[in-house]
Amino acid sequence: MSDQQTITIEVDGKKLEATPGQMLIEVTDAAGITVPRFCYHKKLSVAANCRMCLVEVENAPKPLPACATPVADGMKAWTCSPLARQAQKGTMEFLLINHPLDCPICDQGGECELQDVAMGFGGGLSRFVEGKRAVKSEDIGPLIATDMTRCIHCTRCVRFGDEIAGVREMGATGRGEHMKIGVYVEHAVASELSGNIIDLCPVGALTSKPFRYQARAWELTTHDSIAAHDGVGSNIHVHVRNHQVMRVVPKDNEAVNETWLSDRDRFSYQALYSEDRLEKPLMRKNGGLAPVEWQEALLEAATVLKGADADRLGALASPSATLEELHLLRRLLAGLGSNNMDTRLGQGDFRSADPAVPWLGQKFAEVENNQAVLLIGSWLRKDQPLLNHRVRKAALAGGKVMAINPLDYDFNFTLDSKVVCAPSAMAQALAGVAAALGADTCGLPAEAVSQQKAMAANLKNAEQGLVLLGSVAQSHPDFCLLRRLAANIAEAAGVSLGFVGDGANSTGAAMLAARAETGLSVEGMLEQGLDACLLLNVEPEYDSAHPQAMNALLGKAKVVALVTHLSPWLEAQADIVLPIAAFLETAGSLVNIQGDIQSFNGTARPVGEARPAWKVLRVLGNLADIEGFDYESVTDVLDEVMKVLTDVHPDNQMPQADAPEARLADSDLQRIGGTPLYHTDMLVRRAQALQHTPDAWKACLLVNPELAQALGLEDGDSVVLRQDSGELTLPLGVDERVPGNCVWMPTGVPGSELLGKGFGAVSLEKA
Amino acid sequence: MKTVIHYIRSLFLLELFKGMSVTGRYLFRKKFTLNYPEEKAPVSPRFRGLHAQRRYPNGEERCIACKLCEAVCPANAITIEAAPREDGSRRTTRYDIDLFKCIFCGFCEESCPVDAIVETRLYEYHFEDTDKAAGNYIMTKEKLLAMGDKYEAQLAEDRAAQAKYR
Repeated sequence: MSDQQTITIEVDGKKLEATPGQMLIEVTDAAGITVPRFCYHKKLSVAANCRMCLVEVENAPKPLPACATPVADGMKAWTCSPLARQAQKGTMEFLLINHPLDCPICDQGGECELQDVAMGFGGGLSRFVEGKRAVKSEDIGPLIATDMTRCIHCTRCVRFGDEIAGVREMGATGRGEHMKIGVYVEHAVASELSGNIIDLCPVGALTSKPFRYQARAWELTTHDSIAAHDGVGSNIHVHVRNHQVMRVVPKDNEAVNETWLSDRDRFSYQALYSEDRLEKPLMRKNGGLAPVEWQEALLEAATVLKGADADRLGALASPSATLEELHLLRRLLAGLGSNNMDTRLGQGDFRSADPAVPWLGQKFAEVENNQAVLLIGSWLRKDQPLLNHRVRKAALAGGKVMAINPLDYDFNFTLDSKVVCAPSAMAQALAGVAAALGADTCGLPAEAVSQQKAMAANLKNAEQGLVLLGSVAQSHPDFCLLRRLAANIAEAAGVSLGFVGDGANSTGAAMLAARAETGLSVEGMLEQGLDACLLLNVEPEYDSAHPQAMNALLGKAKVVALVTHLSPWLEAQADIVLPIAAFLETAGSLVNIQGDIQSFNGTARPVGEARPAWKVLRVLGNLADIEGFDYESVTDVLDEVMKVLTDVHPDNQMPQADAPEARLADSDLQRIGGTPLYHTDMLVRRAQALQHTPDAWKACLLVNPELAQALGLEDGDSVVLRQDSGELTLPLGVDERVPGNCVWMPTGVPGSELLGKGFGAVSLEKA
Repeated sequence: MKTVIHYIRSLFLLELFKGMSVTGRYLFRKKFTLNYPEEKAPVSPRFRGLHAQRRYPNGEERCIACKLCEAVCPANAITIEAAPREDGSRRTTRYDIDLFKCIFCGFCEESCPVDAIVETRLYEYHFEDTDKAAGNYIMTKEKLLAMGDKYEAQLAEDRAAQAKYR
């Protein structure tokens, strides 16, 4: 049988090609024939409960719903015959019976599917004179505002929770007139993709809370951009009013984010207008930072950079900085004689060389077809929500997803098997899997228990599989060892090896680094110390894997910071602070973890006197008398970048070298680090709405209930955590997900700057 | 024949006397001229004068920040900023009408779903300072509401009188 059998149907007198099994509405949508609908959505299952898409079909006694009518060869349908029109008009009248006429105060007004369809397909007047029903609205968290009286029960949000988010949070109770959509028990929706139900809701029942009453659809201009908070690089539409970003919504791109957007990408724009946004250049005068003019600040910055000894000059850049910014920064440093530049602030181990250009190892679409996925040190669901969605599809299709994690992270699919062990035992757990596959275990004892054997067998049996190292693994002090073991496993099992870096441009940064001369890494700079340090959009206390060493470095060096927001450490230690445009305000290019180079333009006016970072770097280059720094536009820079990147492709091949020994020793009590999803970068940390979601970090130290009992501590007790020379007092929390001898104290959160690296021996006692 | 009639007409100045008779008629009628400002012409309840914002009888402002007036304004004279008020209701935080831009077409009044923005019968007003920075020519929300409070009785009466035509 040929797999692409086509049949011909006739809609409104037009002959259309279709494949058997397709629903009528899919064919009409593809042909551009309008059929009104509310409950049908191309990415969700068919519910056929709104009845709006009724069309006339030949030989059918009654109009049929186009979304639930499979096509058949020779079928004839009419979407706007008198019968179809009458059916649609009747449905519309029934839908409007209980819908309030509060469009003037409804945020959906002007972009409402119900308004549009009522206008196009409804009758002009209502014959309904009885009372309308009213439904109490629940508070479902800081992101989504509810007005459930407006709900027309299309159940898109319910199906989204079930089918896409993987958490059944919303549901319908009651029937007929008494049917209500709600969250069963009033609580905040905790999905990392929850914002998508705002887009899905065809009426104003679910709207964006941060955007509530701020603007009307007709006042907004739409610009396209790329989200810069995770490695997926979701395509977005940015809605701008008066040169200010009002909201962010997803742009369809089947190869990247499909039609979805993570909450982090959707609501991070709030941080652009947070109170501590930098609006003027600052310079240290009489001990404090004082506002100065750009001219003065730039001249002083150039003097500081030129005056430093080239060996002791370095730059640290955010892994979300654009290709253009990173290229100019590297050129600026090279012009001053230094190659010390790094973006890998969150990496915990530099003992062996990185792969040429770490990337996902597969395209996003391929991830869906994996039969086995091994996650190592990764809370993929929260770190890369839309990549996790692809892995979830693989899991739902029967793929076996396994995890080796220091915490029993929750996923929105069932893990086939998991090993949850203290960070120091992760390498051994991996070695077990390697041993079961007969691969090199890097000198670790080669014993495999049944679970590890099962993991090995799953990977071995998979036609297509993936071993994925997450951001927790990356910040692990034995990352190089874990990476080597993972590579050995992937090779022995014949599956792909993938990396999920930090930030939105980790792959791009690696591509540029691959064509540059090697200088000091972050670790090298921290060890050696610098005379002058240039920071590009780095919040040193939270972005660094080793805050204490970072503090020491900044204390001794002259610091020039190009940042969007001022952090307390920069306020205390920076000498010159230059305000730069944030990601939605500047133009540039980002490379996502599947290797797509995506360029975007600025969408809103930078706040205050902030300037795009590439322009600031260009002026610094000019002031430092470096040749060839006369770029006129960002595309000039990109052209040069593309020349540099000719023949550079994502490549996970690692140099064959001896794996370093494990250095994280087993201890009585270990810290588990990792950065929570709403603390990953400068902007996200300042996005107010996100910080009030259930996913935001609650200031407490989490331990296993058994450990709490053994230590004589109770939930809520104030405890002191000591690590290296730092200490931190916080309330204790108990969580069964934490292994026995561990404390979960993330990095990147307030208080973490007082401690050392994310992993290591700690002590805990009652305050 | 035509030429003969034309000849007679011009000979006896018929057209002239016709015109003069109109002048003569009005010469002895009551005069139209009003001694403004001592005397004033009657004003229609539909008159489109200076703007005002109305309140409900309980003192609650009517405007719900739907921004339809802003959208319909052909002169782009209206600027609205909205935000949730403390009680969660949708309200304007800024409602400005630029009187230099306004062409008094009355579309704002027509588009308003809650009869909040209205035009009063008032046509006698001036700005003492045209300095842009002083912003005297801007009807702010406060000024509009104050106007509404002052003329509410008249406004309500006019709206009631016109209700059946709207």
